[in-house]
Amino acid sequence: MTEELHDVRLDVNGTAYDVRVPARRLLSDALRHDLGLTGTHVGCEHGVCGSCTVLLDGAPVRACLVLAVSVSGQRVTTVEGLTRPDGSLGPVQQAFAECHGLQCGFCTPGFLTTITAGLRDNPAPTHDEAREMVAGNLCRCTGYQNIVRAVERAAELAATEGRP
Amino acid sequence: MKPAPFAYHRPASLDEALTTLAGDPHAKVLAGGQSLVPLLSMRLAQPSALVDLAGIPGLDGIEVDEHGVRVGALARHSAVLASADVRRVQPLVGLALAHVAHATIRNRGTTVGSVVHADAAAEMPAVLALLGGSVEAASVRGTRTIAADELYLGPLESSLAPDEIATSAWFPALPPGAGVAFEEVARRQGDYALAGVAAVADDAGVRAGYLSVCEVPTVVDLTDVPAGGRGDAALARLDPAEDIHATAAYRSQLVRVLTERVVESALVSRRDRAGEGR
Ligand SMILES: Cc1cc2nc3c(=O)[nH]c(=O)nc-3n(C[C@H](O)[C@H](O)[C@H](O)COP(=O)(O)OP(=O)(O)OC[C@H]3O[C@@H](n4cnc5c(N)ncnc54)[C@H](O)[C@@H]3O)c2cc1C
Ligand code: FES
Ligand code: FES
Repeated sequence: MTEELHDVRLDVNGTAYDVRVPARRLLSDALRHDLGLTGTHVGCEHGVCGSCTVLLDGAPVRACLVLAVSVSGQRVTTVEGLTRPDGSLGPVQQAFAECHGLQCGFCTPGFLTTITAGLRDNPAPTHDEAREMVAGNLCRCTGYQNIVRAVERAAELAATEGRP
Repeated sequence: MKPAPFAYHRPASLDEALTTLAGDPHAKVLAGGQSLVPLLSMRLAQPSALVDLAGIPGLDGIEVDEHGVRVGALARHSAVLASADVRRVQPLVGLALAHVAHATIRNRGTTVGSVVHADAAAEMPAVLALLGGSVEAASVRGTRTIAADELYLGPLESSLAPDEIATSAWFPALPPGAGVAFEEVARRQGDYALAGVAAVADDAGVRAGYLSVCEVPTVVDLTDVPAGGRGDAALARLDPAEDIHATAAYRSQLVRVLTERVVESALVSRRDRAGEGR
């Protein structure tokens, strides 16, 4: 059986990409394999680890639980899209570097996207809110202390800059 | 861990979706995909086609009046949780939704999808059952209302027919002067509960609904059971299941402790609401 292919326009980090994919292509795979945007990491492929988290119209979602065909017309932001236009680090990235919020870095893209959206909704989280903001993401290396610290540091950085 | 091939349909109207579904007995409905896509990836489900509801206008509504809350098939958990009107009219919906997965999953998963997925470990089926809610179902044969106590047949099995689409779920309002409470024990905030209890205390009595305890969401009447005896009274009616996450004995202990605590909170919430001088 030859599999039916679908023409999909993906709007990723402000660029429109036209791809032809089977219906079963996960958004995470479309980003990595069809567009070459390998910043989005794939760990578990069933929604548990959070490393594939991207922003869909600004809201964090698991890219491994979304079909590429179903997001036609929506805006996708990946970790690559969090860097400033001049290539410098955004506040969440900067905070992770300052606070040692990563070791191997595998989980990092998912944390960065999740926290970027989380701070937009709640720019001044309490310690508990900072913890809950990252509770859906798994990290095998860091023990989370520095990640939670990075959330709080990113909130400070964003506040001084006036934007997340 | 990739899905097997399937055809993809994105109908622009409910009628078109129902016709497509009726024409293929092995097709499945796709709502938020937060339960279905993992099943596809693990190849535990291999439907011939998916009928994606995303292109159908008007299914994402959340309607609230003094009788209750009607949640459309495309309303995300996050939107229902964010609604102040929902919190006011039926506070139990928001109390329970805060425990449904993590914010990222709630941004995509739908409340109706959760209700019809019929997972006994999920919060919203237990809440629908406890409140005596219902689901509106449409097919090419017409529409019908399925009461919660006729919806849950077994683990992950609802009485929705394969050609039916649940268009909305109905959660009745909390009567004036009634109280509700919800609590669960999970290993981490947002994970599936090892056991969870919701309770309602109103003029008709006291009832508790259980998730992650039996194979289907279960409601137990605890009216007139004195404090201290409620946990055991509930257990007499429940048969806690054993699985990889918890032994039956541990679940029974959770039921004992949570039942006492949650029923007590529901009674306190009732007194507080009565004291608000209606
Ligand atoms: C990591 C993770 C953790 C989670 N934790 C929890 C948790 O703690 N508690 C909890 O309750 N849930 C949890 N969930 C599940 C989540 O709540 C889902 O949103 C929900 O179970 C299904 O909703 P959906 O819209 O994603 O449905 P889908 O995945 O699209 O569909 C689920 C099933 O229902 C059918 N279906 C969906 N909508 C309709 C409709 N309108 N008419 C007919 N059939 C329909 C589909 O065909 C499919 O069989 C978790 C999910 C993940 C990935
Ligand atoms: S790869 Fe998507 S959540 Fe793990
Ligand atoms: S830094 Fe290694 S998994 Fe998180």
